Amino acid sequence: MTTIVQKPALVIAPRRGRAARFLRWMRSDIRAVLSIGFLLALLLISILAPVIAPYPPNDQNVSLLLAPPSAGHWLGTDDLGRDVLSRLIYGAPNSLYASFLAVFVAVLLGVPVGLLVGFVGGWFDEISSRFIDALLSFPPIVLAIAVTGALGIGLTNAMLAVGFVFAPFLARLVRAQTLVVKSALYVDASRGFGASTPHIIWRHILPNAIQPVIVQVTLALAVALLAEAALSFLSLGVQPPAASWGGMLARAYNYIEIAPEQMYAPGMAILLTALAFNALGESMRVALDPTMKRR
Amino acid sequence: MHKLWRLLGRRLLQFLPILVFATFVVFGLLQLVPGDPALALAGDYASAQRIAEIRHEYGFDQPLIVQYGIWLWHAAHGNLGLSLFSSEPVTQLIWDRLPNTMFVAVYALIVASAIGIPLGVLAATRSGTKLDGFVTSTASMGVALPSFWLAMILALQFSLYRHWFPTTGSAYFFTDPVGAISHATLPAIALAVSVVATLARQVRSDLLEVLNQQYMRTLRAKGLSNGAILWKHGLRNVSATLLTLVGLQVNRLFSGAVVIEAVFAIPGVGSLVSYSAINKDFPVVQGVVLVLVLIVISVNLLVDIITALLDPRVAAA
Repeated sequence: MTTIVQKPALVIAPRRGRAARFLRWMRSDIRAVLSIGFLLALLLISILAPVIAPYPPNDQNVSLLLAPPSAGHWLGTDDLGRDVLSRLIYGAPNSLYASFLAVFVAVLLGVPVGLLVGFVGGWFDEISSRFIDALLSFPPIVLAIAVTGALGIGLTNAMLAVGFVFAPFLARLVRAQTLVVKSALYVDASRGFGASTPHIIWRHILPNAIQPVIVQVTLALAVALLAEAALSFLSLGVQPPAASWGGMLARAYNYIEIAPEQMYAPGMAILLTALAFNALGESMRVALDPTMKRR
Repeated sequence: MHKLWRLLGRRLLQFLPILVFATFVVFGLLQLVPGDPALALAGDYASAQRIAEIRHEYGFDQPLIVQYGIWLWHAAHGNLGLSLFSSEPVTQLIWDRLPNTMFVAVYALIVASAIGIPLGVLAATRSGTKLDGFVTSTASMGVALPSFWLAMILALQFSLYRHWFPTTGSAYFFTDPVGAISHATLPAIALAVSVVATLARQVRSDLLEVLNQQYMRTLRAKGLSNGAILWKHGLRNVSATLLTLVGLQVNRLFSGAVVIEAVFAIPGVGSLVSYSAINKDFPVVQGVVLVLVLIVISVNLLVDIITALLDPRVAAA
């Protein structure tokens, strides 16, 4: 949509190699640059949390409960007198860990199943696809809640549950891609040369089926983040006293009449991070889609 | 008429395996609990005798497939067991709360369709303009917005500060329709936002695809007005996908309802399932998940049949 490439760039670009191409892409897609920048900053904050947070996350100042923002506490204090900014910073690694864990589980379960189902085909595909349809009929958060309840509440279990709930989406996507790639001529050719099935799956089908998965995985990070926030809000995710954005919102909700300003910062953090993951996913969809490339 | 019955029969047959698998997943939830499922069902303070009774009653001493059979038999007869906490029948607990959840969900679906679909059409017909850009970027915002956060902001602004709507609770639609609507308005709005965003985006891209087809150019060359092209050809072509799309939102609405019900203290099945999951009240958790997935599957089946009836190509196939 945004690319109006001047003629000279068109000629020179292929000679300049990767760095230049990357720079050109960055110039053409500000949204992607902003979201990558934001996510890198968030990663840095997560790693450096103990250094940059003004207070330890569980330090209580009992003389200062639910205080509004001040010079000492930029975002105020919560109902236990803990510094909101510090808890927001310490919440970042938990939220990132949660999103990546859930998506990792989804990929680990969904991609191999999708490959297998698509590759084997036949009645196996028929049955497995109905099973995937069945899993996709469950309201995702409700199923995640039920699985979390069964496994035992806590952040890791909650995210295993969310990953399990996402897996069928990826499986269906990979299956569809595999079906397309499987019947391509070069796969037949490879088989004709005597390539083994694992070789064909690994060298031909996986690399060609993976592109839409990369996009979906990035988008799924946003959904996982929102799911983590929701589960922590319902106190099925991160357990106190550990800091999490969803958990902070749950506390803020209890004091909404006394200290309404408590809910803005964690909500903003969730919104911006989810936006960044989504924007990155959308940009990657455009960048990876060969039909949308205008060189 | 024969054709219709054949169609119904075929769709039902296609949905049967989904139904079987879905019920199996619900049954399997209990198997995820670490340790003995009989202990999980008996609760923390059960006697050894009670545990043995449960083990026998649910067939935990028998193969898994037999256990599933027993569970399904009970479930099909409306027996979902007793709550470990209140000892009330699970079906009763769900029956009491389901109307509240359904009311908010249907309300949200109506609001979301009424706003999201026209927005998508507007953006598609004016694609590339500022309006399109505005709709598209607002929609990306709507997808990333945590609905329960929005719910908190709405509750603060419109019920705590301005008292336009009650903050918490619900009312039964058939005895107190005005109360029911005013209770459900803020929750429905909070729930609708992400659905509005999804519908607007999807309708925009589906309609754009149709409008960019070759035959559209022919229609324009024929001298048809833009309005006629949009109504007679554009929207008619996306109507089937539209229905499917709206149907698919039902399970997202139930997902959202769980959290929204917590914010507005609505006694629905969403708050029931999260409360029960925390307290390890597994029969209730299984019951709610089963009922919700059955509703989702039925809606999808219904949408499927209606789409088939509307589309001459599908009906003939």
